[in-house]
Order: sequence, then C-alpha cells, then structure tokens
Amino acid sequence: MSGAIVEVNDLTVDFRAGRGTIRAVCGVDLSLQPGETVALLGESGSGKSVTLRAMMRLLPKSSRIGGRVRVDDRDVLALSAAELTAYRGRTVSMIFQDPGLAFDPVYRVGDQIAETVIRHEGCSRAAARQRGLELFERVRIPSPGRRLDNFPHEMSGGMRQRAMIALALACRPKVLLADEPTTALDATVQIQVLLLLRELQREFGLAIVFVTHDIGVAVEIADRIAVMYAGRIVESGSCAAVINTASHPYTKGLLASRGHARMGKNDRLKAIPGSPPDLSAPPPGCAFGPRCESFVESCADQVPPSVAIEVGHEARCIRLLA
Amino acid sequence: MLLYAVKRLLYVLPVALGVSIVCFLLVHLAPGDPLTSILPIDATAQQQQEMRIAYGFDKPLPLQYGIWLWKVLHGDLGRSIATGRPVAIEVANAVGNSLILASIATLIGFGFGTFFGFVAGYFRNSLLDRLASVISILGVSVPNYWLGMVMVIVFSALLGWLPSTGAGPNGSAHWRPDLEHLRFILLPALTMSAIPMGIISRTVRALVADILDQDFVQALRAKGMREGAVFRHVVRNAAPTALAVMGLQLGYLLGGSILIETVFAWPGTGFLLNTAIFQRDLPLLQGTILVLAFFFVALNLIVDVLQSALDPRIQRG
Repeated sequence: MSGAIVEVNDLTVDFRAGRGTIRAVCGVDLSLQPGETVALLGESGSGKSVTLRAMMRLLPKSSRIGGRVRVDDRDVLALSAAELTAYRGRTVSMIFQDPGLAFDPVYRVGDQIAETVIRHEGCSRAAARQRGLELFERVRIPSPGRRLDNFPHEMSGGMRQRAMIALALACRPKVLLADEPTTALDATVQIQVLLLLRELQREFGLAIVFVTHDIGVAVEIADRIAVMYAGRIVESGSCAAVINTASHPYTKGLLASRGHARMGKNDRLKAIPGSPPDLSAPPPGCAFGPRCESFVESCADQVPPSVAIEVGHEARCIRLLA
Repeated sequence: MLLYAVKRLLYVLPVALGVSIVCFLLVHLAPGDPLTSILPIDATAQQQQEMRIAYGFDKPLPLQYGIWLWKVLHGDLGRSIATGRPVAIEVANAVGNSLILASIATLIGFGFGTFFGFVAGYFRNSLLDRLASVISILGVSVPNYWLGMVMVIVFSALLGWLPSTGAGPNGSAHWRPDLEHLRFILLPALTMSAIPMGIISRTVRALVADILDQDFVQALRAKGMREGAVFRHVVRNAAPTALAVMGLQLGYLLGGSILIETVFAWPGTGFLLNTAIFQRDLPLLQGTILVLAFFFVALNLIVDVLQSALDPRIQRG
C-alpha cells in the first residue's frame, strides 16, 4: 500500500540459543498509515515485543532479522550504524513497559530529555530544556519546571510514564513504538495514559504500534488489532471486526477468557488449555493446533495461509478456507 | 547535601571516641612490660619504679587514658620509648610515606582495575573477558609479600632496573616527587596495587555487566544515543560503587601494608608498627594505631559523602 509510513513484510527474527536457533518471529506483515494505531496483541513469548524491537533493530547481537522493514521510505534493515542511531528517536521512538527502569536513575529527567533533543537537533542546552518544558506541559505534568529537575525515583509511576512519553515525542517522531506502556501502571493511571496517548497521536499525526496482552487496552487505543501467536499474526482487522467476528480459535479463546460485567461470583473464567509452544521445536502446521478445540488432522499439514474474511479482516485458520 | 555532610561529620565523634578507647586498651591488654626492653637487665626495683612513674604507668588505667587522651587532643602522642623522639613526628613521617605509597598503588590498581573491568563487562564471555578475569583473580590470590619478593628478584636482582629497598637514595626516609624517588616507589607500589586491581576489576566487571542489562541502556539506544554517550551513562552509573570500593581499598592499603613495607623496607606506618611491636614501644604503637584508625573513620566519611553526592538515590536525610 502506498502512503504507508510503516511497511513490514515477511519479518523473521532468529535467536541463536545454545546449538540451535529459535525463530521468535516468522513472517510478520504489518502496514501502518500515518496517524494510525495498530495493537499487537498476544501473550508472553508470542513475539510481539521482538517484532517491535526489530523495527528499531534494538535486538541483541545473537539475533538475526530477515524480511523487509520500511519506515518513512527507508529500508531500516539496511541502515548503517550511524544512520541507525540518527533514525532511532528521531523518526521512530519507543516507550517502555516500566518507566521506572527506562530512565537512567542517576540523571535528572529533564537532562535525559535534553540530551535527546541535543543529539538529534544539535540545539543549545537552553533550547533543549525549553522543549522539555513544553513537552512536560503537553503531557500535563504538574509544575513542569520543577519536575524537569527531578530524578526518576522522585516521580510516581504514572508521572514517569508521562515523562517517558514526553521524552519519546521530544524530536517529533513519525512513529511511536509502545511496548506495554500501561502494564506496570494502576488501572486509573492506565486510562489517563491511554487517553493522553490518543490525544497526542491526533495532534502529532503519529502512527503507533502498541504492544499489549490486554484486549481492553487494545480496543481502547487501536484502530486495528493484530493478534500474534507463536511468532505469527494469526488474525488482524479493525477492532470491531476482530472483537465482534473473531475468526481464529485463538482470538475466540482470548475473548472468552476475559471477565465481564455479568459474571457471578462462582462463574469460572474460561482459560485456553495448554501453554504456548516451544519455539525451538514448534509443532508442525498451525502452531495453535495442539491447544485448539476444533483441531483436525489437516491442521498439522501446513502453516495455514492468511484468509480474507472481509476487506481488511484476515485470519490464519484452514477451516476458513472452506 | 551540606546538611548531610555536617550530620555525617557529627556521627564521627562517638566513633572516634570509641576508637581511642579501644586503641588505648588494646595495647594495655597485650602481655609484656615495655620498660623491660629499655632498662638494663640488672636494673633495680627502684629504677623500674622510677621509670614507671616517669612514663605514667603507675596511675590507674582510666586516669592514664584521660591524660593520654588530653595530650592526644593537643597533638602530643608522647615520646617513643625506643628512640626518645616524639611519636607524633615519627608517625607523621611514616604516614606521609605510607600515604604516598598507598595512593600511587591505589591509582595504579584503580586505573588497571577499571580498565580490565570495563573491557570484561562490555565483552562478556569473550576471550578478553576471560583474560581480564585471570589477571584479576591472580591479583587477588597471589600473596603480595611473595609477589614483592619475586618483583625484587626479577627487577632488582636479575635485571637491576630498580632499587629493591628504601624510600630514596642514600637511605632517604622521606619520599619526594622526583625521578630518583619515583624509581624507589615503583616496585612496592606495583606490588601493592595487585589486590586493589583485582578487586576493582571484578567489581567493575559485575557493575558494568549489570548496568548494560538494565532497561535504561536499551532506552538510551532507542532514543538514538551513540555508543559514546551510552558509555558515559554506564560510567556515571558505575562510578559511585567503583569509587566506594576504591576508597575502602585505599583504607586497607594504608593500614594493611606491614608485609609489603617490610619486604621493601619502606619507612611507612606498617614498617613503624612492625618496629613498635617488636620493641614493645607502647606510645609509638598506640599513636600509630590511633592515627591509622582515624584514617579509616575519615576515609569512610569521605566515601559516604562523595557517594551521596554522586548517586542521588542514596539518602541525604
């Protein structure tokens, strides 16, 4: 699709581990228009965070990234080391799960924002600080001037995540990669941060890739949802389509395992039986097969192709082929 | 910050008082009469008694302590029984010599230690890391008096490059910062630096490895910082602990150098202690121990204050 700000094709990520390799991501396709938000939904080990980091080449040396990643008309996988550092934080920036760990504990938060601005824009310290101040006001941190001089441990979790967002937006990036940014926060703070992100997204025209394991959060923030399982996107579509007409058994399982308002005290949550596959020895065919309620023998024959259910809504399940 | 420094300074007072009591009593607990070593063997009981009164050993202990403390507070540590020279001057000389030796040894140890530590921490599990580990383990494990003797054999006896004993030419008892004296300090300082080098390198390796694994390092890379800037952050995070370890090592070197100073006949506190013990020179022993103990107290104070200045998370209240 032309005009896309992010275009990922057939992304694979392999990790060397001991003697063998682990394929954490196998063939992910993802495309984002400017100003669009896609939620990568999945459980731990489904490859969502690895996918996110691969888009910034922020993976350990023991990994190998394959496929194609184009962001803002640049081939990310072909960038030189110097180009890569100029790209990170400028074109694409990232916010992390635990803002308490993502700031350097011994530098003032304001200085950490300023160093980013200076790094990418080469402006003066005073101008960089001014930018920090504006951003702190923008993310609604009270008494921003004083807070800039805080050390990370002097802020609350919610405020730190706001500061992290301010830092991520400091150089006006076009794409924001969010790695479970609300998981470590209280429920009320979570909502505030999500609302803030949505507001900023409109204002800045950001494309956001939002990794989460929480369907509620995904629905709240995203235009589209891509459900990941064992390194593949098994279902993707608009929020409404994925929630209302879930087509992959895994998505259905995820939806069924949520609590809802009409639940009684003794009603049990419906869990998906089993556990995610060992990625160093994935099951043949559909990786979800061994846990699938409607497993048939042909499921193990081949990896199911992506089937269009309607325009923009696809799932990888052979039963949809019929 | 200033408030913390003042508070921390006040805490030193009771510690210092305790230290002085222990110093005073320790010496009195040891067996042996200091006077027997300086009196002729055929001294009469009356002569002994006179000496005892002259040195104040006839008074009750608390009173002796009181008098001793009063004098100490006025900078008077008494006179050495063996040489008759003021203890304060003897100790000051020795402290000067030990301080310069310990400082140079710590600097060498810290320099090499942080270098090896950073290399090992950055290139974990590589050949470089293993090499740095071997060097640091050797540094800690090899007994330093043995290392000293080997150094003397190799560099003085066999190669004849460096002098083996003393602080300077012609039996000079004062170290001066010139080339000639530098030749004399090199062997003892290198020998002495082995242990701090090993310890600092192990500490820094663990620190750097731990810091590099933290999320914020990835966050720094994610916001486009170059490796040089990331390195600056790592150094800043490692500095408080590395400095604290260095301070403690300096403290150990100041007090724990009896063996090396004896091997190299370096006229420092260790050498002085050794002499004082063998000659049962009570005032000299007390004075030396007291000064060394105060060194530790002061060193801990400095390290604490420095650390809280470097690492904002350390309580300043």
